[in-house]
Amino acid sequence: MSNTEHSMGSQTLLQLSDIRKSFGAVRALKGVSFELNTGEVHALLGENGAGKSTLIKTITGAHHPDGGSMRVAGIDVSNLTPSKARELGIACIYQQPALFPDLTVSENIGLRLKKSGLFSRVRWTAQREHTVELLQQIGAEISPDAVVRTLSMPEQQLVEIACALGSGARIVVMDEPTASLTQKEQLLLFKVVSDLRKKGVGVIYISHRLEEIFTLADRVTVLRDGESVGTYAVDSLTESAMIKLMVGREMSSIYPPSEGALGATVLKLRGLGCAASGISGVNLEVRAGEIVGMAGLVGAGRTELARILFGIIPADSGEIILNGETLQIRSPREAIARGIAYVPEDRRRHGVILEMPIAQNMTMASHPRFFPNGWLRLNAEQQLADNFIRDLGIKAFSSDAPGGSLSGGNQQKVSVARWLATQPKFLILDEPTQGVDVGAKSEIHKIIRGLAKEGLAVLMISSDLPEVLGMSDRVAVMRNGKLVDIFEKQDADAHSVMSAALGTNRNEVAS
Amino acid sequence: MNKYFRELTVAIALALLILSLAIFAPHFFQAQPLVSRLTSQMPALVAAVGIALVIISRQIDISIGAQFSMCAIVAGVTASAGFPLGIAILAALVTGALMGAVNGVLVAYLGLPSIVVTLATMVTWQEALRLWQQGRLLALPNGIQWFGLSQQVGQIVVISVAFTLVVGAAWAMKNLSGGRHIYATGTDAEAARLAGIDPKRTTFRVFVLMGLLTGLAAVLNLVQSPQVQPNCGDGLDLKTIAAVVVGGVAISGGRGTMWGVLLGMLLLANVNPALTHFHQPPYWEKAIQGLVILLAVVADGLRSRKTQF
Repeated sequence: MSNTEHSMGSQTLLQLSDIRKSFGAVRALKGVSFELNTGEVHALLGENGAGKSTLIKTITGAHHPDGGSMRVAGIDVSNLTPSKARELGIACIYQQPALFPDLTVSENIGLRLKKSGLFSRVRWTAQREHTVELLQQIGAEISPDAVVRTLSMPEQQLVEIACALGSGARIVVMDEPTASLTQKEQLLLFKVVSDLRKKGVGVIYISHRLEEIFTLADRVTVLRDGESVGTYAVDSLTESAMIKLMVGREMSSIYPPSEGALGATVLKLRGLGCAASGISGVNLEVRAGEIVGMAGLVGAGRTELARILFGIIPADSGEIILNGETLQIRSPREAIARGIAYVPEDRRRHGVILEMPIAQNMTMASHPRFFPNGWLRLNAEQQLADNFIRDLGIKAFSSDAPGGSLSGGNQQKVSVARWLATQPKFLILDEPTQGVDVGAKSEIHKIIRGLAKEGLAVLMISSDLPEVLGMSDRVAVMRNGKLVDIFEKQDADAHSVMSAALGTNRNEVAS
Repeated sequence: MNKYFRELTVAIALALLILSLAIFAPHFFQAQPLVSRLTSQMPALVAAVGIALVIISRQIDISIGAQFSMCAIVAGVTASAGFPLGIAILAALVTGALMGAVNGVLVAYLGLPSIVVTLATMVTWQEALRLWQQGRLLALPNGIQWFGLSQQVGQIVVISVAFTLVVGAAWAMKNLSGGRHIYATGTDAEAARLAGIDPKRTTFRVFVLMGLLTGLAAVLNLVQSPQVQPNCGDGLDLKTIAAVVVGGVAISGGRGTMWGVLLGMLLLANVNPALTHFHQPPYWEKAIQGLVILLAVVADGLRSRKTQF
């Protein structure tokens, strides 16, 4: 039913050429070209951080590209703003619908579609009728008077789609629309998508589920490291070929080698789970001196697992065994006392307090250790900070400077220092080099390897596949809240790790 | 920019005010009236230290005036019942700490917004006091005023207690783990939690401390007159919050020093006597105070806009 070559009269609806966009030193898009025809479902595929979101935000006018051109139906649209994009008929349906939860469906649709002055009257009947009509068009059985809060997530997505339709959208972007849908709801969504296609709407479809792309899409464009690898007819590709296109790149940097024998098992997880965060049955061992890399897609449950281990959301099933002792960890405080450290993902909010001096940031998690009776020894604190600044090569004016005055890489080092100061036995790093420039990245890699050499057990969560492969002694892969595969270093290659993360190899390790 | 820039500007403003008084109105510095004026400001200064702790931890407490009145009346009733002064003081402190604990539990452990919680407790304490005392003026037994000492010595005791407290609080905020916890919690409670600090416990303790300090403030007020009014804390909320804000404590939490609080208090408190000595009508006082507060807030706003990361 899908994969029809361009139907008659198909025209180019959207044309992006050589789009470039940087955030500070990070080049998110390095000249991406993309094309969408009428009546086409065009899939966008790529790893985490390949540039999909940035591209989408450029199309919807949320980001301003630094270079390149964008045409909608042949007309050049530079200086696109979100409202201008909407006028041009570009609509985006996000994973988390952006509706007003306390208003009804028809009020939401009315608000979205009608631009009205403060004193213009609301035409309730007309608004309601219009809503009914739109909902019927997409075959959604939703009452127009239902309060949005009471709707399920897929129903809310349908309301979003109705909005898009009502606004006369010609280009509809769907960002992982099936991520939270059940099988049945997915089928309904697929039907809506093919209806849209029949109406001549161009759909940009983002999904990590390859089988959906095969079912729905006509063409696929693969992004990798901010570049478009190519555009292909879906028919012409196999799953395996798609994965190869996503990950196929050479190692761009040299990683510090692992050496020396591994020590005793430090951390052992047995059937660990937490219903609240959707994690279940995780078995894992990390030994002293070992770096276990953790790969997986965004939302696979890696950060959630780290948060369980650190007591932020305590586990409700299974066991955490640290140095042979079974632990109940109910708060970060307890985790720290037991020798677990967690360098969080959100460095600027949680890793470093930007307003606080560097020295204070570094001792923040180790007050009980350094200042057992509650008296701060400011000179000792200063000394400790100076040592870390020297040992980790942190570029800072002084240990008195606020954390916010540092560059991203140096902030990350401060965050690492804070946790080293607690003298942990087991260190969790969550995206340790995200948004860090190349030089600082390799310095951080050296620091991490150095810590492992000193006998620390390290769990490194990263969406940067080369980093995971280059740094890890073993690679664990998570998907849908489960630890689905563990690779020894020699078996871990980009293709097999990515396949495991996407769930395309069926021989999962029974855990 | 200097870390203490904000405190410095207030210090300079205060110095200018004092200097111009010294030149144009030297009467201002007559010893006895000066000490009396200073003494009368000490209860508010002590209460302001408590408010500062609360605001640094990114909360607010508007029940401070009601707490203050309640503590004063409890101490007064205890003393009238024939208990010694020490017991009366203790009663005020315990009452304050208990009221603070009520706010603390509701804010920290039930996660309710402090502005609503303290609004509710404010009305509750006020009305309880009204039902209990029916607005009566409570005459205090002998031996309470000025701690039973001479007025001069009593005034010195009051001033020294308050100043010792400010110095102690300033020292503690810098040198005690607990002080650091308050700053961290006020800057970002979640970040603090991830660093093993318990923001709930910190917040709870801050409210208890605040109540305790209000109790002490009430005592320092009680000993200055032969009677106590059941509404003696009225207006204290605005007065202390204003002083704290003028002194450079960020209303958004995480920043501020006790030195700033001291300077802010002294600056605002000197507006009225300065008017008198410059022979200006005293009803300008509130307007000028308002202007100073506005200036401080605008300065903070501009500054935080510049330093946004």
